[in-house]
Amino acid sequence: MLRYVLTRLLGAAVMAVLAILVVFLIANTVPGDPVLAQLGDLAASNPDTVMEWRAKWGLDLPLWERYGLFLWGVLHGDLGISIASQRPVLADIAQYAPATIELATIAFVVALAVGIPLGIAAAVRRDSWVDAAARVISLVGVSSPTFWLAFIMLAIFYGGLQIAPGPGRLDPIAFPPEEVTGLFLIDSLLAGDWDTFHDTAAHLVLPSIVLAAATIGLITRTTRAAMLEAMQQDYVRVSRAKGLRERFIILRHVLPNALIPVVTLGGIAYANLLAGAVMTETVFSWPGLGRYTFRSAAALDFPAIMGITLVVSVSTLLVNLLVDLSYAALDPRVRR
Amino acid sequence: MSGAIALPAVPSRRSRLWRRYGLAGFGAGIVLAWILIALLAPWLSPYPPDFVEVTNRLQPPSATHWLGTDALGRDCFSRLLHGARVSLLAGFSVVVLGAGFGTLLGMVAAYARGWVDEALMRLTDLVLCFPPIILALAIAAALGIGTTNTIIAMLVVWWPKFARLARALALVQRGQEYVEAAVVLGLKPARILGRHIVPNAVGPLVVLVTLDVGNAIITFAGLSFLGLGVVPPTPEWGAMVAEGRELVEQWWVATFPGLAILTIVLGFNFLGDGVRDWLDPKARSR
Amino acid sequence: MREIPVLEVKDLRTVFLTDAGPVRAVDGVSFTVMPGETLGIVGESGSGKSVTALSLLRLLEEPARIVGGSIRFQGRDLLAMDQEALRALRGDRISMVFQDPMTGLNPVVRILRQLTEHMVAHGRATPAEAKSRAISLLGRMGITAPERSAARFPHEFSGGMRQRVMLGIGFANDPALLIADEPTTALDVTIQAQILDLLRRLNGEFGTAIVLISHDLGVIADVCRRVAVMYAGEVVEEAGTAAVLADPRHPYAWALVNAVPRIGTPLGTDRRLVAIEGAPPDPLALPAGCRFAPRCPFRIARCETEHPPLAEVAPGRLARCWVTQAGEVLPKAGVAGFVGTARIPVATQPILSVRGLEKRFPLPRESLLAPRRVVHAVNGIDLDVARGETLGVVGESGCGKSTLARLITRIHAPSAGSIVFDGQEIGQASAAEIRPLRRRLQMVFQDPYASLNPRMRVGDILAEPLIAHGLIGRGAAARERVTELLATVGLNPAWATRCPHEFSGGQRQRISIARALALQPDMILADEPISALDVNIQAQILNLMLDLQQRMGLTYLFIAHDLAVVRHLCDRVAVLYLGKVMELAPSAELFARPLHPYSSVLISAVPGRAGRILLQGEPPSTLAKPTGCPFRGRCPIARPICETPPPLVEHAPGCFAACHFPGEFAPPPSP
Repeated sequence: MLRYVLTRLLGAAVMAVLAILVVFLIANTVPGDPVLAQLGDLAASNPDTVMEWRAKWGLDLPLWERYGLFLWGVLHGDLGISIASQRPVLADIAQYAPATIELATIAFVVALAVGIPLGIAAAVRRDSWVDAAARVISLVGVSSPTFWLAFIMLAIFYGGLQIAPGPGRLDPIAFPPEEVTGLFLIDSLLAGDWDTFHDTAAHLVLPSIVLAAATIGLITRTTRAAMLEAMQQDYVRVSRAKGLRERFIILRHVLPNALIPVVTLGGIAYANLLAGAVMTETVFSWPGLGRYTFRSAAALDFPAIMGITLVVSVSTLLVNLLVDLSYAALDPRVRR
Repeated sequence: MSGAIALPAVPSRRSRLWRRYGLAGFGAGIVLAWILIALLAPWLSPYPPDFVEVTNRLQPPSATHWLGTDALGRDCFSRLLHGARVSLLAGFSVVVLGAGFGTLLGMVAAYARGWVDEALMRLTDLVLCFPPIILALAIAAALGIGTTNTIIAMLVVWWPKFARLARALALVQRGQEYVEAAVVLGLKPARILGRHIVPNAVGPLVVLVTLDVGNAIITFAGLSFLGLGVVPPTPEWGAMVAEGRELVEQWWVATFPGLAILTIVLGFNFLGDGVRDWLDPKARSR
Repeated sequence: MREIPVLEVKDLRTVFLTDAGPVRAVDGVSFTVMPGETLGIVGESGSGKSVTALSLLRLLEEPARIVGGSIRFQGRDLLAMDQEALRALRGDRISMVFQDPMTGLNPVVRILRQLTEHMVAHGRATPAEAKSRAISLLGRMGITAPERSAARFPHEFSGGMRQRVMLGIGFANDPALLIADEPTTALDVTIQAQILDLLRRLNGEFGTAIVLISHDLGVIADVCRRVAVMYAGEVVEEAGTAAVLADPRHPYAWALVNAVPRIGTPLGTDRRLVAIEGAPPDPLALPAGCRFAPRCPFRIARCETEHPPLAEVAPGRLARCWVTQAGEVLPKAGVAGFVGTARIPVATQPILSVRGLEKRFPLPRESLLAPRRVVHAVNGIDLDVARGETLGVVGESGCGKSTLARLITRIHAPSAGSIVFDGQEIGQASAAEIRPLRRRLQMVFQDPYASLNPRMRVGDILAEPLIAHGLIGRGAAARERVTELLATVGLNPAWATRCPHEFSGGQRQRISIARALALQPDMILADEPISALDVNIQAQILNLMLDLQQRMGLTYLFIAHDLAVVRHLCDRVAVLYLGKVMELAPSAELFARPLHPYSSVLISAVPGRAGRILLQGEPPSTLAKPTGCPFRGRCPIARPICETPPPLVEHAPGCFAACHFPGEFAPPPSP
């Protein structure tokens, strides 16, 4: 088991190093010119200003030298300075990440809590109205553009019915809880501040539903397919021949097998939620990594883009690692 | 005699076909309708899509402007119809090019094996470890705004899943006895690939392609929404939602383009789901 | 006092509600099983035997439905019971064992829970009692270290071990009736012998009545006193198993008995088997008269028009046949088989010569650090095949026989060793160099459903190799050759425009043979060409292969696991174990006087024979390269010297064996 973990870790590390190279190459070989984006047309027309600016950010060095510097920095936890915010990229990321993690995690829990039972029900009552409903729900879920769904939800529940709070993590007049983890739900609990907790939770409802919509669809479909697959296996017939109750067979024999593919998908889905929060955050003015990504991309802030891509892909690798490990817990065939 | 036993009625073939493929037919209908709209947009639209009439801005839906007007007084209905062109074009080109490139790579990897396979698959793993939206966003930002650039950015993240699937399918085919038989018969590799492996491996690829057009349309619209997709004033649904997203009072500006995306993607998903059921012999036999 | 039967089935009818109409899979089946009795049900695929088994426990799934008759278990009608009452009987009073032990156990649940859950569910034991009972059950099923085994997961067990676990599950609640549906079909012959022996013992020890379903009369003869023969959804004969084997009273049973070469019977002079032509009737359009009439060699006018009842033809013997009911006796089939001078290769140059052939398959690395594991499939094989002979290659799964075929045909490249085909070295030659030679060396594959490209028409499948080798142009010439080929293998030439899925297994195998013949080869490798087919079809295909050999002077390398077939068909036989030749001898010699202990064991394991040597254990993993004599771990006469590998040495003219003590392990007396 230890060996299994170690080999997976090593594989992840190799992929991370390669990922850094790819990020660097994209950032430095594509034709976009950060000078124009940052200095504006007027300043960029002055060659001296441009030269000075390039030297300041190391853009005048040869490519391989810049890569060396970048890699050296990464190994020391230095992702460079954001051109736009003039702060260390890592500090920016550390500031914005908790909001995204909180949102993505809640959305993930929502997706699992809705998707898995719905998928099970659809499979058990195959071809019934439950199945049809699950199919339509999941297809509508994966077919809805997140940014539009966010707009519609805000328009209806905040603008129209006024039963949901507006954009942001908290009411504009409220103060965030004392920072421990950066996750407001946990921090407010730690501080014993129920009002803030309530406010945070209320603000999470709409964005987490919006963010979860597509994932609900994916999880429902995968669960249903995996359940149907498992229900066709011989051991189910054997269990019936043993005289076990149908409910027992579904829960104790079919489900544990069906969950294995769901775990794989869950890992990918969670990583995508972290990354896919871009649009939800933009519409809900959520001060998270998504909005930071979008702003950096629009400003061609390459140190920031590289930093984000790196951090997100490394977290993807970590999530995959966790998936591999939970695989081993669920499926004895993987254990060695 | 056995004839005396009353046999229970079998549900009619038609009703079961309808239950199984009804949604797929519905999806196909939606997709077809949108393709027609895209082709005929100039003739169907009451106004030119970029006809600005500032005096007539933000009008609610009415008899003259069926879906109202936007902040510049352009007719939302006309822009919506024209928006189908960009979306379908982007969706199809990303998927067709991505699937073509990915499939080629995957099949080559499966056929060549050895270090070629190893290298190609590590490359796909590498691209897959980046979250697609973020990577596409970074590339699109770097390349600059524009339909072609955004499609290129999407292609970079799009091909790996096809490469993986194609490789897996080709590997399954390689082990099939009829492929071994073709080897023993002395057929040349190109013929074995073209005549025996590819025709039997395309089924699941067709499903993925169908399901994926919707996916590509939604992603393209998303990048547009973030301001990267099309150069204004090109009518594009994602960009139209973006223009209307602050306008909660003037809900029609953002609502209809979003509905358009929803319906077209839903159409592709219904269709793809049906194709999957149809190609899956296990689902078909029951 | 009259005993109540354990199981009394009367006029059972099960249909499949398909698009094309209701298919009567089980059509008026009746039989009775008394306490402790053993009944076999035999029939070919589609005869309704498995559907009958599933109907007994009402385990059918849509679109199958029981539409008539009664099933009484200890006097209670199962068809009238509600689900709850039925559930209380399943796994408790009646249990069932299925065909495939690899998929019948839940992979993520420990063996212990799979053995105990239904003891607890039926209130037979507390969890603690169930555990100790499960462990003792495992021991009784012949599983070593039952305590440790119980804590394991199914993937850690081999197929034979899993079937023992399945039997343990079946016997857990001491049922009155066990239904076993092809329980040994997925297993190797030596493991099958172990399981059948276990079943017989359990029947004696537990007094459990057994209904055993199989396509193999030999398997049934091993366990069951009585047998019901099914054809097209009906029981066509029911009698004592020995009586049916000796003197069948229904023409279908007669065909079934005579289509199979028996290892115990003396070899006759003709190699052709008794094969009835045709295939079972279309279940949607059953004949009005006797369902077997269209294929029956003994039919009379009445058979075409009147459906015969199942009636007594002799005391205790029922048959559904107008002919035998009228008192006619079915003829004894000419004793099939071939004896006399086998064509032992003399000084002539062999057409194929294999020396020191090895093949290792590296498995994909599980991770970057894991050591690469290797399957040692073939570990040094030497063989010569003489022109015009049939060389049989037999062995259990994992012995490397299929790999050997794929090495000789160069689907795989050998890791070491040489293959000389008609004087030309092909072992290490490139694909392009071999291509011209491929015309002369062809192969027929095992699975008739996988060996034909489903997307090509039969005509194209047959013409493709001809066109690719430039032997023939497209158009009329190709069509003519295709017509000729189809006629050669006994198929209607008009079928050239059909696709493979429109054909039955036997017909597909004929197409496969036609494809191999298209290039007019000198030699054909047949990799288990009949093992996926029903016995009657097997006989048809074997007869076809014999005809073709005579007409075209073909050389065959015939790979099989069925020893009786090999004995019947082949001039010489090579016995493989763990990728090495154990024994190579003329067929008659090998079966009469096996030199290698493994050959003796293999021959004695064939079902339907008395005097069995039961081999303990199972073949070791192919992941380790065998050292010394590969068989020594299971050999009944292994001694320390067996640590050194015995060479393959000629001990009698033409008889080679790789054993330090050839012939020392006495074969059991032939009955």
